[in-house]
Amino acid sequence: MTDQTRPDIDISATEPEVVVTLRGPVTLHQATALDADLGALPADRAVRVDLSGVTRFDTAAAWVLTTHQTRLDAAGQRLEITGAGTGPASLLRTVSDAVPDPTEEPPDRFNLMDDLAELGEAVAGGLRFLGALIGYFGLFLARLGRAIIRPREFSLTSLAHHCEEVGFRAVPIVSVMAFLIGVVLAFQGATQLRQFGAEVFVVDLIAISILRELGILLTSIIVAGRTASSFTAAIGSMKMREEIDAMKSLGLDPAMLLFVPRILALVITLPILGMIANLMGLTGGLLMAWIELGISPAMFSTRLLDGTDISHALVGMVKAPVFALIIGVVGCYSGMQVKSNAESLGRMTSAAVVTAIFAVILADALFSVFFAQIGV
Amino acid sequence: MAAPETVISIRGLRNQFGTQVVHDGLDLDIYRGEILGVVGGSGTGKSVLLRTIAGLNRPREGSVTVLGEDVLTPPGPEDTGALWGVMFQDGALFSSLTVRENVEVPMRTVDGLDPDLRRALADLKISMVGLPYLAGDKYPSELSGGMRKRAGLARALALDPQIVFLDEPTAGLDPIGAAEFDTLIRDLSRALGLTVFLVTHDLDTLHAVCDRIAVLAEKKVLVTGTMDEMLKVDHPWVHEYFNGPRARAALATKAAQTGPDGA
Repeated sequence: MTDQTRPDIDISATEPEVVVTLRGPVTLHQATALDADLGALPADRAVRVDLSGVTRFDTAAAWVLTTHQTRLDAAGQRLEITGAGTGPASLLRTVSDAVPDPTEEPPDRFNLMDDLAELGEAVAGGLRFLGALIGYFGLFLARLGRAIIRPREFSLTSLAHHCEEVGFRAVPIVSVMAFLIGVVLAFQGATQLRQFGAEVFVVDLIAISILRELGILLTSIIVAGRTASSFTAAIGSMKMREEIDAMKSLGLDPAMLLFVPRILALVITLPILGMIANLMGLTGGLLMAWIELGISPAMFSTRLLDGTDISHALVGMVKAPVFALIIGVVGCYSGMQVKSNAESLGRMTSAAVVTAIFAVILADALFSVFFAQIGV
Repeated sequence: MAAPETVISIRGLRNQFGTQVVHDGLDLDIYRGEILGVVGGSGTGKSVLLRTIAGLNRPREGSVTVLGEDVLTPPGPEDTGALWGVMFQDGALFSSLTVRENVEVPMRTVDGLDPDLRRALADLKISMVGLPYLAGDKYPSELSGGMRKRAGLARALALDPQIVFLDEPTAGLDPIGAAEFDTLIRDLSRALGLTVFLVTHDLDTLHAVCDRIAVLAEKKVLVTGTMDEMLKVDHPWVHEYFNGPRARAALATKAAQTGPDGA
């Protein structure tokens, strides 16, 4: 055979009826061509399809014959199938019984109203999301209060474990990051300030930018990436395996056992991590200022103590617990939104990181406006 | 009766994972058009056997011949999709595709197949396994376990294979759903002339569907035969399996169904 996709077909259009003779294999491979051939038949007379020479016959071929049978029936003619062996005959029966009813097709027309409804749904969804986050924050506070009143219900071991996990283990990455930021700031500041002969102000530049903004902000971003995702993955996989439901049915409170230790661990360790970042950033700046500008460490520290007010450091540190709450609540909330499939776990994990980082930066901007207004 | 044609022939199969030998010198023949049920205790390698025949697992030794072609020597049979289809335990549908697209996946390999025709054929397959028309637009996560299994079967049947492998087709289904699935397998196998290789624990399925049963034990196929022959086998595990309380219950159900007109 030359072409695998052509059926071995003979069509003789005699007067009372058209005789179609099929031979050899008639399967899925030949179905497209067979469909076209039968579709080209005149609909004004009866058709007889002879299958006696067919060697292979499958559901695709049976479907094509059945649909054309239906089409000719609708045109007031008939399509007769002859010479079908027991196998093809039973196939034809099964297929004609199973042909789906396309009248059930759902309407999928889109119009302006649908678009508007979708937009409204998105806005409402955003507000609901915000509301849910605030709800989780409230839940955390309520459980925290309960833990203070009844300390027996609170697991200190779990808190210590999470402090190690989100705090202690983040120290190396946070230190290196802050150190490099200090180096970069000193280097860039030095090149610019040297033009004005004001190299010594590089100390103020480093101190203010790191203490006030960068130390805590960049630490929060790293922790958001590290910890929000791990909270979501841990809680989400428990949700997926119905462990959360099991806890509830055993009378255990998931919020008390899962959320409080995690969020509290963040609230405790993020300020410490921020402090470490500040120190490392200043160290990086000091080293670079010494190498690049010849500002000795003694001079650096004198300048630092004279020129930088303690309020800068305080402004930075005040933000830390707020960022910690944001990251923790977003991580726990996203974990609880995981459905019973692995796909949603992945989606929620990445959504948690993006939301947490975005929310931290947004909160930082609000803080800046606030501190500018009160003049600190 | 003429000797039945052998479609799958396994000789001297040995499967080993690390030091744990799962199969050793396993022989099995499967004949055209029959429904073979494979049973065995947990860890006797029922699924491993299925995976080996379907070419998903390479055995240490032995030969597997499907329709006269050696499965194990590379490159293996050319067009496995037309030879056999596999239905995995939970359907193993591609989660990012709708049910219809899942069924269309194997058909995409066919040259020159018109996309509209492919879509219509996918709808036909979905309907043949007893799913409603609208199920075709749904994603696997939106389906119940039973519907996922049916969709998995529809995908396995997409290219009209001659052999279908079913891994625990009724596991996790309620009794009504399981009975419906049994009937479906039986009807499709008769209508399409399918040879079915079925791994199961479900005694009702064995009674209702299988022409022949193969018992895996002691690292080989211990015995094969019909249900009636199984009841007479004098091996402690086989005896316990087919004469235990659950087996009696299944047998009683079967007798109650066929009793009035059979007697």
